[in-house]
Amino acid sequence: MSDRIEVRFAGFGGQGIALMGRLVGETIALHEKGKTAIMTQSYGPESRGGASSSDVVIDTTEIDFPKATHYDYFVCMSEEAYTKYIGRMKERGVMFVEEDLVILDAHAKKASKIFKIPATALAETLGSKLYANICMLGYVCANTDLFKEKDFMKVMKDKVRARFIENNIKAFNLGKNHKG
Amino acid sequence: MSKKTEEIPDILTGEYFTTGNLAVAEGSLAAGCKYFGGYPITPSSEVAEHMAERLPQVGGHFVQFEDELASIASVLGASWGGWKSCTATSGPGYSLMVENIGLGVMMETPCVIVNVQRGGPSTGLPTLVGQQDVQQARWGSHGDYEIIALSPNSVQECFDLAIDAFNYAEKYRVPVTILMDETIGHMSERLVIPKRSQVKRLNRKKPSDKPGQQIHLPYEADKDLIPPMAVAGEGYRTITTGLTHDARGYPVINASAQKKIVKRLCNKILLNKNDIIKFEEYLLEDAEYVLISFGISSRAAKGAVNLARNKGIKAGLLRLITIWPFADEAIQEMAKKAKVIFVVEINNGQITREVQRAAAKQKADVYGILKLGGSIHTPAEILKEMEEKI
Repeated sequence: MSDRIEVRFAGFGGQGIALMGRLVGETIALHEKGKTAIMTQSYGPESRGGASSSDVVIDTTEIDFPKATHYDYFVCMSEEAYTKYIGRMKERGVMFVEEDLVILDAHAKKASKIFKIPATALAETLGSKLYANICMLGYVCANTDLFKEKDFMKVMKDKVRARFIENNIKAFNLGKNHKG
Repeated sequence: MSKKTEEIPDILTGEYFTTGNLAVAEGSLAAGCKYFGGYPITPSSEVAEHMAERLPQVGGHFVQFEDELASIASVLGASWGGWKSCTATSGPGYSLMVENIGLGVMMETPCVIVNVQRGGPSTGLPTLVGQQDVQQARWGSHGDYEIIALSPNSVQECFDLAIDAFNYAEKYRVPVTILMDETIGHMSERLVIPKRSQVKRLNRKKPSDKPGQQIHLPYEADKDLIPPMAVAGEGYRTITTGLTHDARGYPVINASAQKKIVKRLCNKILLNKNDIIKFEEYLLEDAEYVLISFGISSRAAKGAVNLARNKGIKAGLLRLITIWPFADEAIQEMAKKAKVIFVVEINNGQITREVQRAAAKQKADVYGILKLGGSIHTPAEILKEMEEKI
């Protein structure tokens, strides 16, 4: 039986949206026993400026279709991405939004839960808005069972350049401790 | 060279979360590839990029050329120099390579060509998926010949089939194409690179006569129809040419020489179909409705089989891992038992036509579930088209 879960990360180019998918995908694929994961990302004209997205599909069996079509989780970091992708979130899906960058409308009512965080502003307290993606992932980690913090830290430390690791850990913790 | 050669092995045993493009590059290195000549093209560029970084680490060589014509020519030359060699490209680049792929067939040159397919014709859809080059891989170059093409459907298989591709190329002295696609090339999933002892590497046969002698017959085939291959610098007097040639490698322009060589080039592949043709069978035992697919499409097809089974429809999947030579016998057997065969592919029916040929005069009807380049099928779309014909 399939326990397929689809997660879409979306925002604009430069926010590190692909990295979010890659880190979460690797954390699950290599560290969650009994789970498989596939990560795909927007590629082509749509990823050149404007909206950017990455998908992680998770299952307990072999994954047949690699792309997300009806998201169980929609992690949204920009208004354009919200408008473009909200239609494909499942009824009763769970949303995580960058509250300073996304204006929700009636479409968001189908979400069973909406978690809001000013990830960019929180990241800026560490000196750069570039940490907003990892801050958001800390928030996602704390409020879902998608992946474990200790596994994520292993992957993140392996993938992120040494001089950025400390601030990324801080960013993750800011997200983790945020009360929406 | 970023690090010393001896520090980084060619087989990076371990567990990774990576893309098909990187996996096919690592598989090539694991197979013993020491040369890549290429020209970057979307969506295959990461293969070249990765080989440019890795080959110098393992004592190999990477050259970026002015175009694909020079790239494939260099790959043939490198092979004759004794290196296992490859290139990677996509449709437009493959079109430029086909002339010299034919030369590789005629000169019996082991090499591997990775084609990460995008939508065509022409420059088509540079960034989006396609499976429209499957017949080109078979018939791209002029003349009669047999060729080998493999089609992975996962990141792991990109690695595994790269090793198989090099081994077939060496064993049968033939260019081997790995038919990937944009989705497989760019998606990330788990890859396990095995220990060195678990990687099987085949090497071309060497001549048994001594080098330096006046008479050496570079195209004198053994009983298996494959001639041993001397490489440049070993001291053998070797001539090779694209012209119809005899055992000496000398051009012989007549019908009997042509018949002899073309028959042998074809038969060395056809008589070894059992070694080369690989496919995966899924729930075929009692299947009345059989899906045939390959590459990324086969994953959605498997999903469709599961959806159909949940509705009580007896569906199954035959996944072609080897596309060429074609699995005629397996398909013919399937067509005797099944009610309907559906071919799922991202093109206008290139393999559907092939299946119709293989299944001719049998019980099953054959239909294509086709998408043109740009996106992949969903399992639900496939099921919907199946139900219309059931």
